[in-house]
Amino acid sequence: MRFVILRKSDATMESCAPVTPELIEAMRRYDDEMRKAGVLIAVERLQPTAKGARVHLSGGKYTVTDGPFSETKELIAGVTMIEVASREEAIAWIKRCPTLQSGNIEAEFEIREVLDC
Amino acid sequence: MMSSVAVAATDAHRAVEAVWRIESAKLIAGLARITRDIGLAEDLAQEALVSALEQWPASGIPENPAAWLMTTAKRRAIDLFRRNAMLERKHEEIGRELEEKQMNAQPGFDAMDGEIGDDMLRLIFTACHPVLSTEARVALTLRMIGGLTTPEIARSFLIPEATLAQRIVRAKKTLAEAHVPFETPRGAELTTRLSSVLSVIYLIFNEGHTATAGEAWTRPSLCEEALRLGRMVAGLLPGEPEVQALIALMEIQASRLPARTAPDGSPVLLLDQDRSRWDQLLVHRGLAALERAQALGGPRGPYLLQAEIAACHARALRPEDTDWNRIAGLYAELAQIMPSPVVELNRAVAVGMASGPAAGLALTEALVNHPSLKNYHLLPSVRGDFLYKLGRLAEARDEFERAANMTRNERERRLLLDRAKKCMQG
Repeated sequence: MRFVILRKSDATMESCAPVTPELIEAMRRYDDEMRKAGVLIAVERLQPTAKGARVHLSGGKYTVTDGPFSETKELIAGVTMIEVASREEAIAWIKRCPTLQSGNIEAEFEIREVLDC
Repeated sequence: MMSSVAVAATDAHRAVEAVWRIESAKLIAGLARITRDIGLAEDLAQEALVSALEQWPASGIPENPAAWLMTTAKRRAIDLFRRNAMLERKHEEIGRELEEKQMNAQPGFDAMDGEIGDDMLRLIFTACHPVLSTEARVALTLRMIGGLTTPEIARSFLIPEATLAQRIVRAKKTLAEAHVPFETPRGAELTTRLSSVLSVIYLIFNEGHTATAGEAWTRPSLCEEALRLGRMVAGLLPGEPEVQALIALMEIQASRLPARTAPDGSPVLLLDQDRSRWDQLLVHRGLAALERAQALGGPRGPYLLQAEIAACHARALRPEDTDWNRIAGLYAELAQIMPSPVVELNRAVAVGMASGPAAGLALTEALVNHPSLKNYHLLPSVRGDFLYKLGRLAEARDEFERAANMTRNERERRLLLDRAKKCMQG
């Protein structure tokens, strides 16, 4: 089963604050762990929405709105695609994300199974 | 109330299984280094799993499930060695060593790079040891490295659970009796042993890709399993071109899975597939793996050549764009290093596409009486195709019917009978 894991953004991730080398290294190890377990298909971490844009179509007319966007909770900070045996396994992998390992963390992920068609 | 408790228990059970899928191979590998017996290591790991299934639904999943499982299994090992009436000195030493290591061992995912990676390799090479039958290698690999349960494996291969359980027990016994050391082979031995590992993985893949028996034409879960195993080995041996090549081959072949089955479940052959349904992500991953394999250099091995052939198809946007001359050349190269009537048959297909059905048919003549192809349904199937294209319909029909009688796959049999019928219609 293939899943897309969407990491929801937060104020820190939106702030363009530089990521510590320790965290970068921890993320690299995490990706490597998934890769070595044979489950990782693709992983991308996203720039803050300040560098993004929204394309909206309404009444046949396109509108492009530049970032940043304010509704932090709805924003996506990273996309991971994994191939695992069950939804529970996808959840177990999420729980290993190094960004969740220190202190009082608030974080949200969304897992979506890829449509098979 | 009752039902919500039951649901919670099932959820917890599934969560434990998920942890097991992730941790079991590393756990067994770590335990095998200590016990020097992968059979015993697996038993200990299973016992730890049973404890987890008993405790975790109530206590919740521990923060570091890997460490919990390892600690529990090591305690069992110590108990076992102590209880053992036949206690040998060796066991005593192991027991002491275990107790010393117990507290400082933290086999989490942090440690994957070093020791655990080495143990995993040892486990893979031991499970695929040539002292075992091919079936036993497949069963042990899926069970110990894939983390599949006996019922899951039995279901995948459509064999009774008891048969598979027996196979695993016998395999463990064979390894113990042959005193197969828990180690990664070196030098020249590595090459032959690695090819055993790769062939086990590819066999699992192929069983999923074209099920040899049963009602379904493909079993994608086995393909996924093989890919997972292959990616795992590639992660552990990144410098081996044949490992990268096998990944490339499997990813490209798996990319076609969505297009290989019609809505009614019947097979769709390569040239009839809707190429827009090929999984482009897998195609790109496959082509990237092929580039890595080529960049690593060395002699061109069988998986590299097969991956290059698969890549020829993957790169052709339409069937008529296929470079059949190149494919025929690659099969000829493959036949040099891996002489086989099946490779020769595939070369005949490519030559038939490049130079016409008469040339292809001529190459199959030498194969007709080959003993190892006596029951190989693809030979009459390919010949039927050539004869059909040459307008020799009565002969073509005979070949398709012969092929239909040979295959054990129900979907394939129907496809072949359909083609036989078309010959009668002219």
